[in-house]
Amino acid sequence: MRATRKKRLYLVLLMVVGIGVAVGFALNAFNQNLMFFYSPSEVAAGKAPAAHAFRLGGLVTEGSVQRQANGLTVRFDVTDNAKTVTVEYTGILPDLFREGQGIVAHGQLRSDGVFVADEVLAKHDENYMPPEVAKALEEAHEEGKASMPPGKTTP
Amino acid sequence: MKRFFHQLGSPKHFYRIAGRWIPWLGLACVLFLLAGLYQGLVVAPTDYQQGDSYRIMFVHVPAAWMSLFIYVVMAAAGAIGLIWHMKLAEVVAIASAPIGASFTFLALVTGSIWGKPMWGAWWVWDARLTSELILLFLYLGVIALHNAVEDKRTAARATSILAIVGVVNIPIIHYSVEWWNTLHQGPTVTKFDAPSIDMRMLIPLLLMAVAFKLFYATVLLMRARVEVLERERNTRWVRELVSQS
Repeated sequence: MRATRKKRLYLVLLMVVGIGVAVGFALNAFNQNLMFFYSPSEVAAGKAPAAHAFRLGGLVTEGSVQRQANGLTVRFDVTDNAKTVTVEYTGILPDLFREGQGIVAHGQLRSDGVFVADEVLAKHDENYMPPEVAKALEEAHEEGKASMPPGKTTP
Repeated sequence: MKRFFHQLGSPKHFYRIAGRWIPWLGLACVLFLLAGLYQGLVVAPTDYQQGDSYRIMFVHVPAAWMSLFIYVVMAAAGAIGLIWHMKLAEVVAIASAPIGASFTFLALVTGSIWGKPMWGAWWVWDARLTSELILLFLYLGVIALHNAVEDKRTAARATSILAIVGVVNIPIIHYSVEWWNTLHQGPTVTKFDAPSIDMRMLIPLLLMAVAFKLFYATVLLMRARVEVLERERNTRWVRELVSQS
């Protein structure tokens, strides 16, 4: 390789590395702003903004969905398996909304600690399988739970 | 073998060899596309959560992969053109840009159509969607910069630098769903564990990915041939070619 070409190669490499480092620092500085939502644990720790709206993400707790008398208002718990936040939402829920499903809600914390959402989005996971496989997996999971010795609750 | 690559580097031979390859690559692309669409739309089972709506994945996911792949090819070709002053690398870089921009646009549009019924929103400003949108703007910037400069060699040098600068966005797009929490789900196939997708769904996805790669190869060669002709329009071999036809 001739000297000029070597020089140009090093210049290009230097450029890539330099920009990479600069962008890395910038993204690190903006890390919190790049998070799409706060988890219930972060809300419980007081990291979420109290004065203005933010997004809350987590799993809908099994058995927690309650429809209010007017038919459109729904109350449910959102959990990250450590902390739980109760969410109240009036409106149409997305098709994928169900218990155990991941959701992202946009809204504000009320003084009593209930998160009043004005938008609920469903977050689906990266697993794709036909219904019969999902059913078989669930049955295997249930059996695994039943056959576990008493005292141990988590598989 | 070495002679073959050496010949490929000369515009005249590239023009001839590419012309011979294009019909075969195009034919292979159509075959893979038909097989992938049949497997994806007829053979693959419905999803346990998303029903039939997930089938848009067979276009969305390969298009998104291609948007990243073509950008890397474009930046690498640009770097080769910058360092070794190889004309053909410059041609490949600039011929790739519109194809990559189209795949990025396709990924964004199909993602939006998928997002409305599944998430409940056409668009959200999460890290994955935003970084992919920036990729589209990078492609458009490369195309615009190339068209803004009259001299082809100067234009190629300027666009190569822009393409290399933008390459920093590629790992950001890929890892955005792992570094930050996003509405977009995590990787299914391109992770180190076994893919969390049923085999009957994975096969059409991979068939479509191969079909898209072949499409890129075909269109790249076609665009590169035109670019070569335009650059070499004052040479004798192009004049002879034109006078023959």
